[in-house]
Amino acid sequence: MQAVNYARATDVDDAIRLLSEGGENARVLAGGTDLIVQARERKRKVDLLVDVKHVEEFMVLEFDSSTGLKVGAATPLYQVYGDNNVKINYPALVDASTVIGGKAIQGRASLGGNLGNSSPAGDSLAAMIVLGGVATIAGPNGRREVPVGEFCTGPGQNVLESGELIVYISFPPVGDGEGAAWERFIPRNEMDIAVASAGAWVKIEDGSVTDARIALGAVAATPLVASDAAEALIGRPLTDETISSAGDAASAIARPITDMRGSIKQRKHLAKILTERTIRTAVERIR
Amino acid sequence: MIPEPKVVNTIINGDSKQILVSERDSLLEALRDRIGMTGAKEGCNNGNCGACAVIMDGRLVNSCCVMAAEVEGSEIMTVEGLASRDELHPLQTEFLDNAALQCGICTPGFLMSSYALLQENPNPTEEETRFWLAGNLCRCTGYDKIIESVLTVAKG
Ligand SMILES: Cc1cc2nc3c(=O)[nH]c(=O)nc-3n(C[C@H](O)[C@H](O)[C@H](O)COP(=O)(O)OP(=O)(O)OC[C@H]3O[C@@H](n4cnc5c(N)ncnc54)[C@H](O)[C@@H]3O)c2cc1C
Ligand code: FES
Ligand code: FES
Repeated sequence: MQAVNYARATDVDDAIRLLSEGGENARVLAGGTDLIVQARERKRKVDLLVDVKHVEEFMVLEFDSSTGLKVGAATPLYQVYGDNNVKINYPALVDASTVIGGKAIQGRASLGGNLGNSSPAGDSLAAMIVLGGVATIAGPNGRREVPVGEFCTGPGQNVLESGELIVYISFPPVGDGEGAAWERFIPRNEMDIAVASAGAWVKIEDGSVTDARIALGAVAATPLVASDAAEALIGRPLTDETISSAGDAASAIARPITDMRGSIKQRKHLAKILTERTIRTAVERIR
Repeated sequence: MIPEPKVVNTIINGDSKQILVSERDSLLEALRDRIGMTGAKEGCNNGNCGACAVIMDGRLVNSCCVMAAEVEGSEIMTVEGLASRDELHPLQTEFLDNAALQCGICTPGFLMSSYALLQENPNPTEEETRFWLAGNLCRCTGYDKIIESVLTVAKG
């Protein structure tokens, strides 16, 4: 391990101060399941770890049927998927958070860390995007809100400025006729990085889709908001044909690479299939 | 920059401990190299194999992915805390009787992971057990005997 110091933030302002004073090699420490490994393998230069897990605002899990869900940036995944309100109202978050690593990873890993790591294959990202997730960011100049779909700017890169960090991620309340799902493709059942993933959220009124969001993971340098795929659904009755055209639109915007996990062709195909599947699951889940 | 040595106060297997660590130490290094508790093993050192699994404040974690400085004020349970003074834990007995280990490197991790499973779900199905133990790798035994042992203990 490279020489690294550890500091435990006492509140949000303290975390901002530690990060600002620590400079570019100071990093927020949530569950450490990316950061500690990257620091040890020297994939990232780190000299200060700012632990935010002892500050309540980073660890919340609050649900209110009129205001929605608020998940602290460092709240561990087992708490997220173990929560009854999340299970009932945001099952797409359960889809994604139960497949990130195994149990020992989920005891520590967080949504804020998955987002902060900004990997295009980060499994919760497409799920958070379709659920309308918004990151509340705090920094030396106060707070601002950034939709999860606009957060990542490249592999490992994001909109955070020096001294800024994610405090929590909020999701709007779930209305009538709405459902969402997320799915990934990996060659085994668990403990692997997605070849491709997709999330879908749909709202159906009187048999027609009145609103939709589709997002893709691991098929471009960032997670993708597939607006064209959503447009292919909106204003139409939900038939096999509309679902298939949404799948085609998702596949069309995918700009994947070929690597050891999969080829461009396979990933483009998966973008379509996973989009279609998650739309169908989302619809089944409408209450 | 050389990190200052740091004293970490923690409770390990029920005993208060003060550990003198370097701020760059992982919990696994603190356990093994600073206080000689070599039960937790280093397999991969990157979160993939589960050989270093311990229970921290009631949750299963990989100790190679926890900084030693983070456990200030926490309670840790390691494989050394599984047996009572004169009796092995039923999981340990069953792993032995059922030959669910060969080289043994993975065993402490499997025991802690299985223990955490049975704490949370005393009656797991085979599928639940396989998913729960997916973060533990064994390169000798094959998984069937390990899974069988956990299910046998669960059935009592
Ligand atoms: C064995 C193993 C399996 C894994 N499997 C998967 C998988 O299947 N799918 C998947 O998506 N990921 C996987 N991961 C990666 C990792 O577990 C996830 O990305 C996890 O969500 C990271 O969360 P964390 O809390 O541990 O983040 P940390 O490691 O603490 O932080 C990750 C990054 O985000 C930054 N960060 C953390 N919190 C904040 C914040 N509040 N504000 C700003 N920046 C912040 C950190 O500085 C760091 O750069 C796996 C990792 C391991 C070791
Ligand atoms: S040594 Fe910690 S998970 Fe392998
Ligand atoms: S017994 Fe050798 S790795 Fe499991």
